[in-house]
Amino acid sequence: MAEDRVEPGSATSSAPAVKAGRGSRVSVVPMAGEGAAEPAPRRRGAAHVPQTAESLAKRQREISVSEFFAKNRHLLGFDNPKRALMTAVKEAVDNSLDACEEAGVLPDLLVEIQMKSEDRFRLIVEDNGPGIVKAQVPKIFGKLLYGSKFHTMKQSRGQQGIGISAAGLYAQITAGQPVRIVTRTGAKKPAYECELHLDTTKNQAELVHEKETDTWHRDHGTRVELEFEGKYEKGRRSVDEYIRQTAIANPHLTLTYISPLGEKTVYPRQVQTNPEPPKEIKPHPYGVELGTLIKMMRSTGEKKMQGFLCNDFSRVSSQIAHEILGKAGLTSNTWVQSVGLKEAEALHKAIPQVKIMAPPTNCISPIGEDRILAGLKATVKAKCYVATTRRPSVYRGNPFLVEAAIAWDCDGMDSEDPVTLFRYANRVPLLYQQSACAIAQAATETSWKNYGLSQPRGSLPLGPAVLFIHFASVWVPFTSESKDAIANYAEVEKEIKLALQEVGRKIGTFIRQQEHAQREAKRRQIFERYAAILSFSLAYLQQKGAVGESKLATVQKQADRINGWLVKIAKRESALADRLIKGSLVAVDKDVHVVADTPAEPPADTNE
Amino acid sequence: MIAPIKKNEKVLRQLSNLAAEVTAEVKSAKNPSIDIPLRNLSNVNFNPKKLIIEMGKAKQSREFYNISMARKFMQTFLVAEKCKSVLDEGKTTSIRDLYYMAKRDIPGTSENTFEEQVESDPIIEDLEVTADALREELGLFASNKGALVGELTLRDMGDTIDGRRMGSGGWSIPSIVEPNIIQFKKCDAKFILLVEKDAVWRRLNEDKFWKKHRCILLHGQGQPPRGVRRLLHRMVNELKLPLYVFVDNDPWGYYIHSVIKQGSINLAYESVRMAVPSARFLGLSSFDKAEWKLDDRVIIRLNDEDVKRAKQLLEYPWFQKKEWQKEIRNMLKLGYKLELEALSNRGISFVTEEYLPKKIRDKAFLD
Repeated sequence: MAEDRVEPGSATSSAPAVKAGRGSRVSVVPMAGEGAAEPAPRRRGAAHVPQTAESLAKRQREISVSEFFAKNRHLLGFDNPKRALMTAVKEAVDNSLDACEEAGVLPDLLVEIQMKSEDRFRLIVEDNGPGIVKAQVPKIFGKLLYGSKFHTMKQSRGQQGIGISAAGLYAQITAGQPVRIVTRTGAKKPAYECELHLDTTKNQAELVHEKETDTWHRDHGTRVELEFEGKYEKGRRSVDEYIRQTAIANPHLTLTYISPLGEKTVYPRQVQTNPEPPKEIKPHPYGVELGTLIKMMRSTGEKKMQGFLCNDFSRVSSQIAHEILGKAGLTSNTWVQSVGLKEAEALHKAIPQVKIMAPPTNCISPIGEDRILAGLKATVKAKCYVATTRRPSVYRGNPFLVEAAIAWDCDGMDSEDPVTLFRYANRVPLLYQQSACAIAQAATETSWKNYGLSQPRGSLPLGPAVLFIHFASVWVPFTSESKDAIANYAEVEKEIKLALQEVGRKIGTFIRQQEHAQREAKRRQIFERYAAILSFSLAYLQQKGAVGESKLATVQKQADRINGWLVKIAKRESALADRLIKGSLVAVDKDVHVVADTPAEPPADTNE
Repeated sequence: MIAPIKKNEKVLRQLSNLAAEVTAEVKSAKNPSIDIPLRNLSNVNFNPKKLIIEMGKAKQSREFYNISMARKFMQTFLVAEKCKSVLDEGKTTSIRDLYYMAKRDIPGTSENTFEEQVESDPIIEDLEVTADALREELGLFASNKGALVGELTLRDMGDTIDGRRMGSGGWSIPSIVEPNIIQFKKCDAKFILLVEKDAVWRRLNEDKFWKKHRCILLHGQGQPPRGVRRLLHRMVNELKLPLYVFVDNDPWGYYIHSVIKQGSINLAYESVRMAVPSARFLGLSSFDKAEWKLDDRVIIRLNDEDVKRAKQLLEYPWFQKKEWQKEIRNMLKLGYKLELEALSNRGISFVTEEYLPKKIRDKAFLD
């Protein structure tokens, strides 16, 4: 076990992550590629550690939490004040949403950011979740990496469990203020209110103040208040935008947001049920990294390799386990404990040589087409909406699923600008590093011209549109620990492209129809303009004798009658134009959702 | 004052009828349309008996409620309206005047009823064939083009014109040369010579070629306009004179001859009153350089367009005579063309004193 205690920043630790054992032990370990850290207690670890290493570990602990944090702020999303504000909001909101959904409560959130000074903010996040029992409060908010979703193969918002406590730690470091928490577990119970000071040396929370109160307005739920250094800016990567995009992907959520400038925005609930809870699955052998494999062997309850492979992984039968072990030069009866690094490497190399059934995909919980549409319609004003949810697929043993949607002809957007991309991983908006993300790359490489959109070479398509893409997986392959961009696996990119093509086809139908209607409207304008001139000529030609001043009125009168008839025919000949002007253009495709009540402006004549 | 245009009332009635038909369609909520005889190669026939190009029966429907036709439909009746206003006053007008009369803005657009005269000119031709009224009958004339000198006295709007006393510039041939305006009087000519270029025509006039050889000498400034063609037709038929055509040796020269002789594709409906089937092609021939021992330096290489046009000519039914195929193929084989002025290589008056007299004397022409 000693070998996995390495100082942060040492040669073997390219991507360190903080880990906390039960109690106060804190150690930093080199992180496996996927970042799947080990669950809290280690069964055999402690007993085998020599005394010298233990004392070394103690010394590490003295410095590790705050130092680790200082060194790794960028990994946790607190690298600059602007980003820190957003990350704090994100962690608190993720926590609240997960809590509500796990408890089966429709979430009702308040997010308020108070501006104390230009670089000092107070964040208040309040939910109607199940609340937290008093004894757990210091653990949840006071300890880094205390959580339940640390090692499960399950689609969830937060994956590494750094969560809200990192925000608390950040608050502690930058502002020195305690975290204030109010929580209540039921209407018949009093609310519990406390202030926590984080002891960064012990990785423990100290209660500064606590009391019980009956005056809290929620029957159940939790309120967290943090004060920290930050920076507030409006724009595409602002907290405002994060909140808005969160509301779109979580239409079961009611969210009240009060910005640092005191602007209040309410995102009302659009659907009345929580999403289907995702199921947990065991890792699939294809997706497991060597480091993870080694750690799984250390923490398994199984004694023999056969049992380890069959019971700790999905889709491994005894036949398959036998095959893998054979190729690795091991046997079914090899003791797990006897497997060293070399054998583990052989095992890891053997796995891909054996054909293993793809993992079950029912563990993925999509947002769903209807719910995406509901979220988009409520938040992005547009003329037409389309959405698609792909069937689950698998990359490297990890089940995943892609959803895409388009809101077309959005208010206040320019048709000459690239479409606005909304990226999500497990319902969480991704606002940073767009160009490095597989989603943006797939959107750029999709040929949108087929669907009636213009697209400069090597760019996103142009149009007054929001392009929504959701990537859901038990394990999201982020390009880096800051979790901003999705890595470009071939299977992932293929699925994203297929999803984009599906929504592209749907929106193409609408765009073509709209263009047709616009052409018809323009045709009508042309007919009507020429009709006035034509009708005069026709009347003039039929007038007997020279048309002097005196006869002009008669000719004009007849011309007006003819013009009336001509305009009537023009209306009939360009009937489709009416469907545009009235805004009741009904798309032929049932998947295309058109907002009927929005009256469309008649298209401007290009000559004008 | 120009004498009133003939069939004035008839033309007005035809225009009125056309408008009435369309109005009736509109009233009964039909998509109004007019049938316009096609003026292209697909709708012309070469009549081997009359030896002229005639317009076929194919028509194209021009509909108002068709986005590619609506503008032209409107323009057709706008031109008709302006023609009526001119005819009602008993006047004539130039096609350029008419363009300006009909040009105006279309309310609510930056569009005009006509943008350029090239837009209104074909509309006039459409109206001619549709209303069965010639341009001259519609009171329209084009600008004067071409000139005449020679052994002919004629009357133009009541004035006597003596072709022998026209100085160096000649009598400018008007666009309308109908009998109510132009009448032929004393004629001493034995033949008519049409020259493609005015420069060559000047040379012949300066040398008094027409006096020495007793002819009427005209040029049409390249492709002769309707006025010149109509005048040639009348002179050949009324004065019973042979007509010789003298053009550059290139595909365009051949075609000028063929238009005079058989009529043109675009104005096939006018062939009957314009074509001169008896016209003779005097030169330049593709065999002339060898025959007249012209210097090698006078040749001009055929360009791609020349070759393309020459090959088109080879396909036209009225170029199927053996001599013509031989003539054109020889030009293609040699790969060069000759301008009329090339003859000056042999001396300034070579054309008047040797070339033309010998060609006419030897009947060295293509029919």
